[in-house]
Amino acid sequence: MNRGVRAERAPPVLLAELLSWIRAFGPYRWASNRFKDWGVGGRTAVIGLPYLWLVLFFLIPFIIVLKISVSDIRLGMPPYEPLLHWVEHQVVTLKVNFQNYAFLFEDPLYRNAYLNSILTAAISTLLCLLLGYPMAYGIARTSPSWRNLLLMLVMLPFWTSFLLRVYAWIGILKNNGLINNTLMAMGIIDEPIVMLQTDFAVYIGIVYSYLPFMVLPLYANLEKMDLTLLEAAADLGCGPVKAFLTITLPLSVPGIIAGSMLVFIPAVGEFVIPALLGGPDSLMIGRVLWEEFFHNRDWPVASAVAIAMLVLLVGPIMWLQYVQARQGGAGGAHR
Amino acid sequence: MANPRPENKLEPWKDPAAVPYIRIEKVTKKFGDFVAVDDVSLKIYQGEIFCLLGASGCGKTTLLRMLAGFEEPTSGNIWIDGADMAGIPPYKRPVNMMFQSYALFPHMSVEQNVAFGLKQDKLPRGEITDRVNAILELVKMTQFAGRKPHQLSGGQRQRVALARSLVKQPKLLLLDEPLGALDKKLREHTQFELVNIQEKLGVTFVVVTHDQEEAMTLASRIGVMNHGEIVQVGTPGDIYEYPISRFVADFVGSVNMFEGSLIEDEPDYVRVASKELGGNFYVNHGVSAPPDATVWVALRPEKIVISRDPPEGDDHDNRVRGVVKEIAYLGDVSVYLVKLESGRMVRITRPNMRRQSAAFDRITWDEDVWLSWDGSSPVVVTQ
Amino acid sequence: MIGRRSFLVTTLMALGFAFLYIPILSMIVYSFNESRLVTVWAGFSTKWYVELFQNEQIINAAKLSLRIAAINATGAVILGTLAGFALSRFRRFKGRTLMTGMTTAPLVMPEVITGLSLLLLFVAMEHALGWPAGRGVTTITIAHITFSMAYVTVVIQSRLSTLDESLEEAAMDLGARPWKVFVVITLPIIFPAILAGWLLAFTLSWDDLVITSFVSGPGSSTLPLVIFSKVRLGVSPDINALATIMVTLVAIGIFAAGFYMQRQEKRRERDVQAALAANQ
Repeated sequence: MNRGVRAERAPPVLLAELLSWIRAFGPYRWASNRFKDWGVGGRTAVIGLPYLWLVLFFLIPFIIVLKISVSDIRLGMPPYEPLLHWVEHQVVTLKVNFQNYAFLFEDPLYRNAYLNSILTAAISTLLCLLLGYPMAYGIARTSPSWRNLLLMLVMLPFWTSFLLRVYAWIGILKNNGLINNTLMAMGIIDEPIVMLQTDFAVYIGIVYSYLPFMVLPLYANLEKMDLTLLEAAADLGCGPVKAFLTITLPLSVPGIIAGSMLVFIPAVGEFVIPALLGGPDSLMIGRVLWEEFFHNRDWPVASAVAIAMLVLLVGPIMWLQYVQARQGGAGGAHR
Repeated sequence: MANPRPENKLEPWKDPAAVPYIRIEKVTKKFGDFVAVDDVSLKIYQGEIFCLLGASGCGKTTLLRMLAGFEEPTSGNIWIDGADMAGIPPYKRPVNMMFQSYALFPHMSVEQNVAFGLKQDKLPRGEITDRVNAILELVKMTQFAGRKPHQLSGGQRQRVALARSLVKQPKLLLLDEPLGALDKKLREHTQFELVNIQEKLGVTFVVVTHDQEEAMTLASRIGVMNHGEIVQVGTPGDIYEYPISRFVADFVGSVNMFEGSLIEDEPDYVRVASKELGGNFYVNHGVSAPPDATVWVALRPEKIVISRDPPEGDDHDNRVRGVVKEIAYLGDVSVYLVKLESGRMVRITRPNMRRQSAAFDRITWDEDVWLSWDGSSPVVVTQ
Repeated sequence: MIGRRSFLVTTLMALGFAFLYIPILSMIVYSFNESRLVTVWAGFSTKWYVELFQNEQIINAAKLSLRIAAINATGAVILGTLAGFALSRFRRFKGRTLMTGMTTAPLVMPEVITGLSLLLLFVAMEHALGWPAGRGVTTITIAHITFSMAYVTVVIQSRLSTLDESLEEAAMDLGARPWKVFVVITLPIIFPAILAGWLLAFTLSWDDLVITSFVSGPGSSTLPLVIFSKVRLGVSPDINALATIMVTLVAIGIFAAGFYMQRQEKRRERDVQAALAANQ
């Protein structure tokens, strides 16, 4: 079939014509020339716009938190003392109050909350890993035609409401909830097992909510693994279990780290799960911050709590970025 | 010396009054501490097919990208058609490039791909259609005009990429490993097609490749590169028959290299004694080197005669005895590896000019043979 | 046999999926429970759905959440695409490390911290500039855009890193200026990623509780806020009904998208095969 060339109009042509009309527009040209004079080009706009937004709405807020964490509480709005005081003769005094941080160190409530948060997050991360690794491994070793379906099934809970999924566990764990009703109906127990409002419920909640975050990086890592390595191991006389332990597992360590950090770091500061599923003694730092802020109206202490939490997490955050940068660099194209 | 391409009488590089189309002057490119291109100077003339030949990492692609405008030289200048290209971005240069991966826009059809460059110049629609039609006919892709790239085979994509880069009628076309992705048969066919198109359109080509066969077929001149430097520039014949260094001799084709010392040095001949050979070379051209200097003699495998009987004449130069250790029968030629008394292995290729038959008594393993060559065959290199 | 799943792995995998879905399924089942005591089965009924649709508080909250989520998704996509493009195509520029940090930190930062910091910013701004006046839809939207653009940046950046740069170089070589290249070449090719980013940002905003709690004001109750205040008191059957509706919608969406992508893949496969068969 001999088709000659038809001069077709591709959609981008319309946009291109619009752009050229804009470019010919007087005031636009004046403005763009002025920008060029100032050395501001298209590149600057591309970087500048998101950069400006982030500096204004991400970076500066942190500086404000830092500043408030070292100021005093005060009644009224805003409920903190200003940091700088103008005194007579235009002398500026800086009133920095580290009392709030000292308070954190001394009061056992906060110490316990921090330690409890880290402990809870760590245990939950481990459990999540134990459950998530076989899932990721199983999906990676399924035939490709099923893989997409299974991945979609893993992702589907992620796209439905986080809040509602945690709520679902209330209905399962409570004293006349699904588990207790089933066990009592089967005659296995007489009294309901108390599961809600315990640390156990918090672990389940975290594992459940963050499971996709563990499975996906692990899957990405395992899927890329070269299966001929396992074939070579078998050829050299290595059994499947040993091959897994000595080849697959070590190679999947970057995925393990990525998944674990993606679960651990947000879990430390979790609020919703301890609030809905945890009890009064499973106090986590996210809840503490919330309560300091909304109930006690003590903004400086809440800020100090936040900064301390951040300092705690800086290590894991940087580790995660380091691992991800290494993975990203290894996959780059080379000339 | 017979000129292999009698119709190509142009050799502008020999004409001192000729003005080069591309002038690369002392160009260096550094990436951090790594020197990719090291003080390269070249003159390329209009209508040439100039090949940059070298192994991966030798800097040839970087040099090409500097011509295209995707990299700026760290130092040095590039002039194209008399204009200094410093600071000029790729979309303002009179140069087009054919990419190694073809870089066809996947969301556009063949004709949209080819028309893209013309649209950027804001040509009238009628003219665009005409020119696109003409170039598609030239590369024989007219019937695929409406297809998208993923619906084409590798060879077809390559032709579209070529059409797209030629439709703007650039004076200079840069090609990055143009034949690398094609299989052997297609490669040979495309090599000749490229040369034909180039001659028809009169475009200057600069081709980057690591494949010497590609370079030898396409090029009017080759620039051999190593570690960022140009080590030799010349016609394929010059490069092959008159290499100026061991590297070039070894890089292009296979070669037997012997170390030796000059024992006689006259303007029209030299004699080189070589322990590796176990004899002397008599070479009928002069060499500029200090007396008693260490030199190397390069002898190509196809120039050696292998025989059972001693060669005629009672010369003691340019002949040696050995034992056949390996034979590779390649159909059109046979390759012999012969071990000399000195322990050195020599490679000889011989065309199988007669078909095998019981009557034809071929040289076989472990036979004692004579190797000989005439005085014009060896090349003496001093570096 | 190498690389096939063992029975153990398959079992564990099945357990994992069961673990993921039993809570969701239980919510759906209980939404049809006649009894107000959600977990004590008393018969099939759809009355909670009727009650749900008559609950004005929930309906208004849902509408507000939808509006905010849509605006947020669009804003996040614009900023996130620019940021993703800048980070993946511009090798070196001043403040690049800072930008990398700022675009990845929201991904792992506990939400209480980001929520607190944004509220403090808004209070300080109101104190100093008079804007934003009180917390409400504006502050919520700004807050949401800030953290969802981080996710969009990651999506776009990863898509761009697999995009062959020589496509953009070829376009420039043929005479197109950088901005034109972006609009005519890059954008159409990465469009699926942009769409995915939009949906991701939408979901994050629609579902967000913690940050919204910090930066919302009276009269700007989003759906998560309403749900949270209800479920703090215990289970509530109309919430189950709401959950069922949301899960169903999401499931339909995901399967439709998956199905559509499968079809595209199959068509591409066929085209490639046809091209290879008619090889020249």
